[in-house]
Amino acid sequence: MAGTAEPPSEAIVEACSLEKNYGATRAVRDITFRVRRGEVVGLLGPNGAGKSTTMKMLTGYLRPTGGGAIVGGISVDENPLGAQQKIGYLPENAPLYDDMMVCDFLSFVGTVRGVTGVELAKRLRIVCDRCGLTDVLGKDIGQLSKGYRQRVGLAQALIHDPDVLILDEPTSGLDPNQIVEIRSLIRELGQDKTVLLSTHILPEVQASCSRVIIISQGVLVADDTPSALVDGNTGAVIRLIVAPTPGESLVVADVERRLAGVPGVGSIEGGAGEGGDSIGFRVRANVDSDPRAGLSRAIADAGFALLEMHRERASLEETFRNLTRKEADDA
Amino acid sequence: MRNVLAIAGRELRAYFDAPVAYIVVVTFLAVTGWLFFSQLFLIDRATARVLFAPSPFSPSFLIVVLAPAITMRLLAEERKTGTIELLTTMPLTDAQLVIGKFLAGLGLLSVALFLTIAYPISVSMIGPLDWGPVVAGYVGLLLFSASLVAIGVFCSSLTDNQIVAFITSFLVSATLYYVLWLQILVPVTWAPVVEYVSVSFHLDNMARGVIDTRDVLYYLSVTAGALFLAVQSVSRQHA
Repeated sequence: MAGTAEPPSEAIVEACSLEKNYGATRAVRDITFRVRRGEVVGLLGPNGAGKSTTMKMLTGYLRPTGGGAIVGGISVDENPLGAQQKIGYLPENAPLYDDMMVCDFLSFVGTVRGVTGVELAKRLRIVCDRCGLTDVLGKDIGQLSKGYRQRVGLAQALIHDPDVLILDEPTSGLDPNQIVEIRSLIRELGQDKTVLLSTHILPEVQASCSRVIIISQGVLVADDTPSALVDGNTGAVIRLIVAPTPGESLVVADVERRLAGVPGVGSIEGGAGEGGDSIGFRVRANVDSDPRAGLSRAIADAGFALLEMHRERASLEETFRNLTRKEADDA
Repeated sequence: MRNVLAIAGRELRAYFDAPVAYIVVVTFLAVTGWLFFSQLFLIDRATARVLFAPSPFSPSFLIVVLAPAITMRLLAEERKTGTIELLTTMPLTDAQLVIGKFLAGLGLLSVALFLTIAYPISVSMIGPLDWGPVVAGYVGLLLFSASLVAIGVFCSSLTDNQIVAFITSFLVSATLYYVLWLQILVPVTWAPVVEYVSVSFHLDNMARGVIDTRDVLYYLSVTAGALFLAVQSVSRQHA
């Protein structure tokens, strides 16, 4: 795990063996991770995995059953108000006061957060500029579209210029254009803030995060960069198109047998016709191995012609399914 | 304190942005005005006692109805819409949150109470009015309102359904109010207990112009007790 080897002084959010039980249900079990200053970390997991519960414990909304959280060097349990001052939090579905005007709402949040007077006016201007709210300041929040609501939610999280942003499913329920907007806003914010966001949408993580933490059934199952996670858990897929020597025909089983002998090959699916005599094969490589050279040699040795070879990185989807399904099977 | 005022200010604005505040104030003024003047001419004396003295149908009973109505959404709505999560993750204690909500509700009722001062003033123009009992009466109504608003805030903290909040706090308040007239139903030895528990008994003393520490203490302890329970209920929700 990449994150845990770093010196602890750099960690700005620390979850230490967090546990949360709801009655007999163990929603979160022994979750430990660190987020360093300036990172954008994605908390990934199926619905109901414990992402929101974990975030609620980090923000001091829920008291953990066991373990603790430290934000900006302050223990959330011992000094919740101090820790909360360092956090900007956007809860799931952006709950906001529908009957308030955007500017009134942001001023209200600012005041409670201890930003007042000239400073408040300055922060309001900066935040509205950043979140693109200048045109809707005088509107009631209840009239806004979902995309604008989400921006207001982000703006209220930013009003006191916190070190850490905790965003619970910031793009859920948005249309594709709004998703792109919010993502680019989050990326922008990630340049000078530490961001922890939760999602069950995988491209979101690849689009925005430098590190992924995967939670399944309340247990942390992975903590790494998106690409390392994919390479470390799921082998690449290699697509081949093989043609027979002129005058002969190709026996699928024969080719499969030969390819299976190549070191690093996991499984083979063959037989997709490519037109003419040539046949396509889909080879799944083992984790951390690249059998391409071996494959081309094996094909040449057999006297066939290799028309095409193409390696596809496994997707995060596959990795995610592997990791979360394994956990579900174990449980 | 800044936090408390920010919460109270937000709630007060919400009251006055919506028709709630105007409906409450106008209803209170209209009904108390009618009660006041219809009895004033029957009594035929320059007194404002009608304004304060509790009876099965009096201005104080109107507060028993209005206090639950204005407090029902204070916490129940926050729970329903999820904004409670926003509030509790701000650097704000549960006590500050509850007290802010309480002050907003009491603030709105105080506005309505304050405007009724026009009635004693009009009486003082037609005859010599003793202002002592009037001041004592207003202090009494204010303390009385504080207790009922605190009970309303507590009931609102128990549910995410405003109707449920309204009905529970109305039932609690009305019981505490009417128990004084129902004491014929209980054994005589219980009478002092019933009197002590009743919110209307203590108001009666003040309406006569006597500010007794026992009455003041009663209202303050009901208020503090209900607010304490409300804080417990809010903090238990995010335990």
